[in-house]
Amino acid sequence: MISSQRYDERIERRRRRGLIFSGLLFVATVSGLVVLITLLVDVVMQGAQWLDWDFLTRFPSRIPERAGIKSAIVGSIWMILLTAGISVPIGVASALYLEEYAPRGWFLKLIQININNLAGIPSVVYGILGLTLFVRFFALGRSLLAGALTMALLILPIIIISAQEALRAIPSGIRESAFALGATRRQVVWSHLLPMSAPSIMTGVILALSRAIGETAPLIMIGALTFIAFLPTSALDPFTVLPIQIFNWTARPQADFQSLAAAGIVILMIVLFLMNLSAILLRNHFEKYRLR
Amino acid sequence: METQYSTETNELTAPMTNGQAVLEEAKVRVENLDFWYGTNHVLKDVSLNIQPNKVTAFIGPSGCGKSTLLRCLNRMNELIPGTRLEGRVLIDGRDIYRNADPVMVRRRIGMVFQKPNPFPKTISENVIWGARVNGYKGKENDLVEECLRKAALWDEVKDRLNAQAYSLSGGQQQRLCIARTLAVAPDVVLMDEPASALDPIATAKLEETILQLKERYTIIIVTHNMQQAGRISDHTAFFYMGELVEADATDQLFTRPAQKHTEDYITGRFG
Repeated sequence: MISSQRYDERIERRRRRGLIFSGLLFVATVSGLVVLITLLVDVVMQGAQWLDWDFLTRFPSRIPERAGIKSAIVGSIWMILLTAGISVPIGVASALYLEEYAPRGWFLKLIQININNLAGIPSVVYGILGLTLFVRFFALGRSLLAGALTMALLILPIIIISAQEALRAIPSGIRESAFALGATRRQVVWSHLLPMSAPSIMTGVILALSRAIGETAPLIMIGALTFIAFLPTSALDPFTVLPIQIFNWTARPQADFQSLAAAGIVILMIVLFLMNLSAILLRNHFEKYRLR
Repeated sequence: METQYSTETNELTAPMTNGQAVLEEAKVRVENLDFWYGTNHVLKDVSLNIQPNKVTAFIGPSGCGKSTLLRCLNRMNELIPGTRLEGRVLIDGRDIYRNADPVMVRRRIGMVFQKPNPFPKTISENVIWGARVNGYKGKENDLVEECLRKAALWDEVKDRLNAQAYSLSGGQQQRLCIARTLAVAPDVVLMDEPASALDPIATAKLEETILQLKERYTIIIVTHNMQQAGRISDHTAFFYMGELVEADATDQLFTRPAQKHTEDYITGRFG
């Protein structure tokens, strides 16, 4: 029989355990943050002496006092724009095909598994691919275009997967009611699916590009690791980017270059922060399409 | 409004007799329809006639296939992978599955869904969109007003046509969905439990709207609510386990059902 006497509530003990549990969760959260903040403070302190307008507007130099990261910043911007221009249309189109057009079956599953695996391949492997395919086979040389194509391949799986998730998040009622009005699939895609998924697709794209802007290995593979004291004027020019410039400086024995690298890291992180900020702003801008 | 689109309509000349219902011409004819979701046989040899300018109700317990049949009538089911259909569905004597474009079929046979699902656009955009994708050439403002009036929503929204559809109440949203459906000039309007997400007052308003619409449209409604079927439908079809048990004039079916099964369901002994 159920009676109140049979229960030993031990409310004090339960409350204590609850406190301990939430305390452990707090420690876990803080430990990650503490390490991150320590690193940030260390880098900022190291690089602070070099952080000024001249640092942003000067080309790299063998003399630390004259060294700047102008060519790396411009190279990174070129790289991001080119990479986005290549990977976004292809990635969104692939996601649309996979989610809205492709007939369900083993072929689709195979492609899907492949895309998921491609997202997990180390970036240096993409670098080797880019070197063979774009630099050598298509003879693009060690150019921005070869680098951007390689980067586009690297982030394509991430863009496809995030665009697929965005499309899947659209309630099926929208598709059904649009089809029920006698719309074709293309009309449903352009009028409803793309506008409604745009904010989350864009968030995915910007997060993927944030990854691309920090990638070093594939660009080292295709040979971007050079001393660049000029600005690229076309997509076929040689180039350097922020992480490579940083890597370049850290490889030098002089202490001055070590702190120059720290200053470069600060700049890279500001760029990353700005990109993530723009992701949030873009998403808010498209808020009108957001679902209930 | 109908003249704005180029649509052929073939009159069906040979009516079929069905039960004790008095038949004129059938608007929709279902002949020996079988339907499968994968290996699940959900409709079994269903044959049914639906008359023009009447409200026909599909009733039956959950999973009896009534919604599936409804979705077969405008080829919505083929959007779901792994489905299979045998038999024929004729609208005005024309087979909608053979030599027919599903896009055309769906414009002529509109559908209102269980959950109000307006597009995340303004009220007038919701009405216009379907017409626009079907090449409507008339004045858009006129169309919006006409459709909203027919759906008995005009007076409530005429001052805020550019407001977001989501700002409307559930019942208003559902009537907006009806207006949206009417905007592509269908002959037949399918409604899949359109009042199940609405409160009693909104339901009453919706039923009133449906009764007004049958003057111009053939309406088929799936409902779980016996009283609702009794109030608004002229004919009722009772389904059980994927089979059509009985179809008749609603007052006949509700007062003198031919099948014991129908009687048990209507009186609430099961289901």
